[in-house]
Amino acid sequence: MSAVLLDVKDMAVSFGGVRAVDGLTFSVHEGEVLSVIGPNGAGKTSAFNCVTGFYKPTAGSVTFAGADITGKRPAVIAASGIARTFQNLRLFGDLTVLDNVRAGMHVRIRQNFLDAMLHTPRYWRSEDTATDEAHKWLDFVGMEYDRTAQIRNLPYGEQRRVEIARALARAPRMLLLDEPAAGLNHGEKARLLDLLRRIADLGIAVVLIEHDMGLVMKVSERIVVLSYGKEIADGTPTEIRTNPAVIEAYLGAEDEEAHAEAERIAAEAKPAGPRTETRQ
Amino acid sequence: MNDDSSAYVRAVEERAPANVALAGKGVGSPKPRRAGLPVALSGLLSSKWLGLVVAVLALALPYLNSSTYIIQIGTDALIFVMLAVGLNIVVGFCGLLDLGYAAFFAIGAYASGVLSTKCGWPMIATLPVVVAASVAGGLIIGGPTLRLRSDYLAIVTLGFGEIIRITANNLDFTGGPNGLYGIPDFGDFGLRSDVAVYWVTAAVVCVAVLFSSRLGRGRIGRAWRFVRDDEDAAEAMGIHTYKVKFAAYIAGAVFGGVAGMLFAAHQTAISPPSFNFLWSALILMAVVLGGMGSTPGVVIGALAISLLPELLRGAQNWRYLIFGLLLIVIMVFRPQGLLPARAGEPKRRRRGGVA
Repeated sequence: MSAVLLDVKDMAVSFGGVRAVDGLTFSVHEGEVLSVIGPNGAGKTSAFNCVTGFYKPTAGSVTFAGADITGKRPAVIAASGIARTFQNLRLFGDLTVLDNVRAGMHVRIRQNFLDAMLHTPRYWRSEDTATDEAHKWLDFVGMEYDRTAQIRNLPYGEQRRVEIARALARAPRMLLLDEPAAGLNHGEKARLLDLLRRIADLGIAVVLIEHDMGLVMKVSERIVVLSYGKEIADGTPTEIRTNPAVIEAYLGAEDEEAHAEAERIAAEAKPAGPRTETRQ
Repeated sequence: MNDDSSAYVRAVEERAPANVALAGKGVGSPKPRRAGLPVALSGLLSSKWLGLVVAVLALALPYLNSSTYIIQIGTDALIFVMLAVGLNIVVGFCGLLDLGYAAFFAIGAYASGVLSTKCGWPMIATLPVVVAASVAGGLIIGGPTLRLRSDYLAIVTLGFGEIIRITANNLDFTGGPNGLYGIPDFGDFGLRSDVAVYWVTAAVVCVAVLFSSRLGRGRIGRAWRFVRDDEDAAEAMGIHTYKVKFAAYIAGAVFGGVAGMLFAAHQTAISPPSFNFLWSALILMAVVLGGMGSTPGVVIGALAISLLPELLRGAQNWRYLIFGLLLIVIMVFRPQGLLPARAGEPKRRRRGGVA
């Protein structure tokens, strides 16, 4: 197993007595694809927000690439190499597709006030480089619509793709995706699966929160299961699928309907992708 | 959907820089050639030459009509344009509602006024101090308040604007309620003195409009728009939103301060009532009327706000009523402003272009 990239220890955060994350410990290795699953309200998104600095953890520590980033400002954490997407799209609606992707490159564009005001050669160089790179990432995610259009006029699925392109443009070592498949149709999910694998091929660690078990089982090398802000299981998709604690957390024990659901999930998860197999 | 893969590149190349390339002032424009007025107008307004044409027109005004009255209101209008493009950086680009922008106008005017009348500095030598004072003012007010989100910022800036005015009213070296008088101009260069002031103002304002428009398009300008659209998403991309907002605030302060210096030289006398809340409100109105975040729009808005009352002089006592009604009508029918900012991509590699 490769080196540990992100190390979360005993992280906790609470909101007015509700312990959304309650002593969570997990780690992410370089270049791995990890899924975080759990019932609604298990604290998955809260954990993401703690790692990326949007919430300040009330206890515990977060270490990224050897540096302590606990409670740092989101911008500082992002600049250190963690990019994320949001559960509900958070794009810059008034701006063009290209400008949205350029946002990810902000910290790498070398240009100051004077360059911008005087239009120095450095200004044109940096702008051209940024535009070329924005196109490159949009090609990578397969965004085929008009890239000069205002992003809010694009179909939902395309907006999702642009959000991932924007996060990739941050040139992260680790990418956090919060429910990337939400609201996507079947064909779009298949393309997302392919995209996630290509992202992993770039050597970027991918952590995703996802409710679509088919996708999770196909793409993940490892799965972390949360319930009530705590980790209840950690293992390969095969281990998780048969873990009784997980099934209980999701469905509650002794429930007819729930067992049917569990079987459906298991059935859906069976045709595991070839890549998942070869990786393990 | 799957057309030629370079379709978007062509689209980028061909797309005229709609909401950008305009730098200059004024509404004067060559005759549209095409029949469809909206098409022609839109093509015209997206021309990168428009800024240059308007700038030349502004500089040529004394040759067209050099009556004292025209030069007087022309200078006033240009100073107002500078204030509007400065506030546009703060409100239009970065989305920070500033209701006390006249404070920086006052800081600039008083810094140059005090140094030139009490210390005998030539007007031009006060420029570095004006800039420094504006930056300091921006730091003092922006430091604590930019951590707040917009509504609270609006209230605090409103208070700050009043504090500056009342301070000027009560200090001795600012001349108290009488203000300062006998402020020198920049020298007459062998011209009629009001024309000399006009040309200096026109040159400074042309450069200011160009710079504000260019700032809005570069790396920092994009960051301002990211912060305006979604602060959290901007943070998630590694953009330090506090610093970015500070940069917008300071840039706006410098524009306001330099406009204040021009105002002091133009009026030769300044007093606290020149910097009351009405000014802040009028500048904000120019920005909203023209179209927030759109440099050509804001220039048009500023010219409308400063020149309409003059054009309505024929209506005598009714003119402010008509002015107010006109503003209401415009905002009802065009809430997005006269010439709103449009999302667009600039042409690539426009080397040697004017704007």
